[in-house]
Amino acid sequence: MLLKLSDVQLRFAGNTVLHDVNFGVAESALTSLIGPNGAGKTSLFNCITGFYKPQGGSVVFDGHELLRLKPHRVTKLGIARTFQNLRLFREMTVLENVMAGMHCRTHAGAFAAVFRTPGQRREEAEIRAEAEDCLRFVGILDEKDRIATTLAYGHQRRVEIARALATRPKLMLLDEPAAGLNSGEKDELIGLIRRIRDERGVAVLLIEHDMGLVMKVSERITVLDHGRLIAEGTADEVRRDPKVIEAYLGQEEGEAAL
Amino acid sequence: MADDAASRRRRDPAPSRPNTGVAQLLAVFDDPRKFWLAIAVVLVAVAVAPLLFGQYATVILTNALLYVVLCLGLNIVVGYAGLLDLGYAAFFAVGAYAVAILGQQTALGFWAAIPFALVAAAAAGVIIGGPTLRLRSDYLAIVTLGFGEIVRFSARNLEITGAASGISGIEQPSLFGWHIDSPTEFYYVFALLSVFAVIASVRLANSRLGRAWLYVRHDEDAAEAMGIDRVRVKLAAYVIGSIYGAIGGIFFAVNLGAISPESFSFEQSVLILMAVILGGMGKIPGVILGAFIIVLGPELLRDLGELRLLVFAVGLLLIMLFRPSGIWPSRKS
Repeated sequence: MLLKLSDVQLRFAGNTVLHDVNFGVAESALTSLIGPNGAGKTSLFNCITGFYKPQGGSVVFDGHELLRLKPHRVTKLGIARTFQNLRLFREMTVLENVMAGMHCRTHAGAFAAVFRTPGQRREEAEIRAEAEDCLRFVGILDEKDRIATTLAYGHQRRVEIARALATRPKLMLLDEPAAGLNSGEKDELIGLIRRIRDERGVAVLLIEHDMGLVMKVSERITVLDHGRLIAEGTADEVRRDPKVIEAYLGQEEGEAAL
Repeated sequence: MADDAASRRRRDPAPSRPNTGVAQLLAVFDDPRKFWLAIAVVLVAVAVAPLLFGQYATVILTNALLYVVLCLGLNIVVGYAGLLDLGYAAFFAVGAYAVAILGQQTALGFWAAIPFALVAAAAAGVIIGGPTLRLRSDYLAIVTLGFGEIVRFSARNLEITGAASGISGIEQPSLFGWHIDSPTEFYYVFALLSVFAVIASVRLANSRLGRAWLYVRHDEDAAEAMGIDRVRVKLAAYVIGSIYGAIGGIFFAVNLGAISPESFSFEQSVLILMAVILGGMGKIPGVILGAFIIVLGPELLRDLGELRLLVFAVGLLLIMLFRPSGIWPSRKS
């Protein structure tokens, strides 16, 4: 297991958001995390990436315990994420946005910058090349010099994915990457997610409400409801699970949704 | 027709910049040849200014160049990293007092004292920044305001800083047998410092650290998710800003030959901040322009007598009303 959560518990002011969640992601796997609104999916992401501090349990990634680490340390260990609501850096170009991802893989400080040391210049070239490579990978290299927030919505989503890729992750957490995309863009997204795994060897953990996309792309699906893990398995197994059907707002409607 | 408008909007949804005179002027800088020509013109103007104007003007221009250094330093803190600092004069004071005290109490000599003064300022940056950078920026503003006052009060009450009368008789430096003492010579020293300050600012802005400041300023969480340690990056901005301030202070002290606590008042911090905001936070040419306006403005209005500060203040208000993000326009559209 690349990522292993054991008995993760998260409470906010007496409200238990996550009840002893046990959950894992295998090396180079395509896994989805689904569940009704408010099930705790994004909270789980935030526990993995260090934005929330769970009260109990453990999160082990690649042999490292993540629970006490700050978000930037988690990223450095190899977990990248995107945000549910786009969080691009305003007023900066697409390329500059993606260059952010390389920060944790480079070292030059103020002294090197002021004196333009050979090492610093080499590193700058490397940052730029890697960022351009990530943009080529997601297919928007020709827009690299535009201000990121002026791109079409679907392309802004790709900037976020490219930015996450530029951190050179082993695991990528995508929080509702299909939200707001039209059906053509969703098909492209499915292709992109597969290529992230196939060509880059990066494991992907996906939160998504679009069941069609989830069923097509995931090898394994985990279902969360009211902070509890209620099912886990392949698309077919999850689709037939009565507990899952019930979780999705009454049985009949649930069946319709799946 | 409607389709056409919609597709145009999609292609360029950014609010279009009004095509003002300043924006047109700025277009010059998109052509690298014209850009370097503009730089050369400015450098020549700086070089010949003392020859064209009298000694009085030279002293005023020296002060403007000092402000360029201080404003570029504060710009790193406020403009790049987005940390509101209301006590920047404290770092200016630390540099000035460190060099004055070392000159008085030790036989180090001016040049050997500089590294100590810079380390003292950097340490002050860490002391004030370390515990406070986790605060939100409005709290940080209050803490820095207090810090600025603490430094000034300490200087006024400690014996080693000469209490209220300050330190006088600070020796002017020599470099390879050249004794730097006339106003014109100091003008060129400050011109050189300003050039270095600009180069360092440009290089920092176009670096990994410079981008990290912008990332953190725009969105701390997204920056953290990209692997950026926001506390560390902000602390770097603080320390670099304090070193700029100290460099200004060091040469300010030897230029005047005497310093007193009142040179480092809250008003001083406010003036520096005002120049940065006026010119345009985070924009180097704007900040330089702001520094010149703040120093030269009241001088140019001297003929108005008692009214001059009123006129100057109204002028500043009008500028901020019509160009709230600073005189210098944003390059990106």
